[in-house]
Amino acid sequence: MESGILLQLNNISVVYSDVIQVLKGVSLSVEENRIVSLLGSNGAGKTTTLKAISGLLKTENGKVTDGDIVYRESSIQNSPPETITRLGIIQVLEGRQPFKYLTIEENLRVGTATRWGKPYKKDMELIYDYFPPLKERRKTLAGYCSGGELQMLVMGRALMAHPKLLLLDEPSLGLAPLVVKEIFAIIERINREQGTTIILVEQNAGMALQIAHYGYIMENGRIVMEGSSADLKENPDIKEFYLGMGASGDAKSYKDVKSYKRRKRWL
Amino acid sequence: MEFFIQLLVNGLSIGFLYGLAAMGFVMIFKASSVLNFAHGELMALGAFVFLVLISWAGLPVYLAFPLALIGCFILGFVVERLFLRPLIGEPLIYVIMLTVGLASIFKGIMLFIWGGNLYTFPDFLPAGLAIHWGSVNIPPVYVVSIAIGLIFLMLFGLFFKYSSQGIYMRSVADNQPAALSLGVHVRKVFALSWAIAALVAGMSGIVLGTINGINVHDLSSIGLKVFPVVILGGLDSIGGAVIGGIIIGLLETFTGGYLSTSLRDVVPYMALVFILMVKPYGLFGLVEIERV
Repeated sequence: MESGILLQLNNISVVYSDVIQVLKGVSLSVEENRIVSLLGSNGAGKTTTLKAISGLLKTENGKVTDGDIVYRESSIQNSPPETITRLGIIQVLEGRQPFKYLTIEENLRVGTATRWGKPYKKDMELIYDYFPPLKERRKTLAGYCSGGELQMLVMGRALMAHPKLLLLDEPSLGLAPLVVKEIFAIIERINREQGTTIILVEQNAGMALQIAHYGYIMENGRIVMEGSSADLKENPDIKEFYLGMGASGDAKSYKDVKSYKRRKRWL
Repeated sequence: MEFFIQLLVNGLSIGFLYGLAAMGFVMIFKASSVLNFAHGELMALGAFVFLVLISWAGLPVYLAFPLALIGCFILGFVVERLFLRPLIGEPLIYVIMLTVGLASIFKGIMLFIWGGNLYTFPDFLPAGLAIHWGSVNIPPVYVVSIAIGLIFLMLFGLFFKYSSQGIYMRSVADNQPAALSLGVHVRKVFALSWAIAALVAGMSGIVLGTINGINVHDLSSIGLKVFPVVILGGLDSIGGAVIGGIIIGLLETFTGGYLSTSLRDVVPYMALVFILMVKPYGLFGLVEIERV
């Protein structure tokens, strides 16, 4: 397996509307062909990190004010999304954002925007192979599809763009456990078969660490811990805060948690 | 009966033209949520460009018509580039006010060059196009306007349904952040929607100019009629714009024919008020798909 560094974030800070600082010096590096997961509580800055990479910050009045983002040896921080997507970085937005009034097939065709005019029929077959339920519903308006189908749709749509680096923002959000399992299996398959590098933002830490090779934990706009998935899974703090197990490894009930005793911060 | 058929045909052809003009208006609204108050002026500009090409430059129709359309298309691009693009991301009301400003600028320029006179195109349509059917007489202009309306309707329908560029345009109208995340060039889509809107506005301006004569004030006030048309059809439905146009066109000619010509121009607005009270989304407006 190749293992060059594909993407590197060097100490980046992100500020929204010139005043609200969300990221306070985030550094991480992503090796080629790997799945890297980014974990952390709500408001830790995971989504902002993804948007800083994909350039979508710009449309929300956010800016990388410090540090740099290096993708294949060139700096891409604060480039517009049209440019970044054409380098092969595609973000799948949180909360499934389908084009509701377009059919499934038309939704997938929007994924060809970065390579307009090139043939796309074969890619469509590939997507239907990964996500068979989409094929049955390809003439249906996306607005009438179920949550699981929509998650498949938005991932398939992103794959149509032939991404080198796929940024997945909470693919498990609001899905039934079985569907989550299915989606994660597909993510792993995409990584293995297409060689797509993936950054996976998740709340479902257990699932994410199962398929990821490496993980970063974020808190309050900073990276507080990193390590291979195997190491992270064994870490007692991670076990307690993210996997819901006590130090001894038993499942813990909420009534045993005394909030004042909990270690809330690593730093 | 002949009178009825005559009115029907006139109403249909005027209606198609209103529909075409409204289609451009809807396109801008769908892509960028901007209400374009300069639409009537774009129609008038199209007519005047054609006038210059056909009667002053003396070009034959088959050259002048496409050239005028290309001119309108480019004009739309330039307007978006110069005036609208710097305002992307600003509150919508600024952009809408800007189009009001653009309307006066265009009107001022046209009045400066051509004054408030009434011009007519030289007779460029072959008389053979006219249809005589019993005592019903359909002049060539009406035949042409219905034909143009149908052709362009079909072209745009195909464009939005099947072409990649059309699908990208619809994706921006549907969910702009998602379109951005997939690399759809949103600014290009805005520019393209202005260019196409200017093109269809110009085209309907040319044909309406052929029917009623070309006058800055008349043509730009037709731009106002776009409002009842699009509100009737639904602000975000291109097909609705055309059907709205036909209904308003028929309403106008029938009122003019059977009641009185002075009521003619009022009826569309009465319909507007009525529709807003009964069906505020219009006949074909999008009813939000809500997932609960």
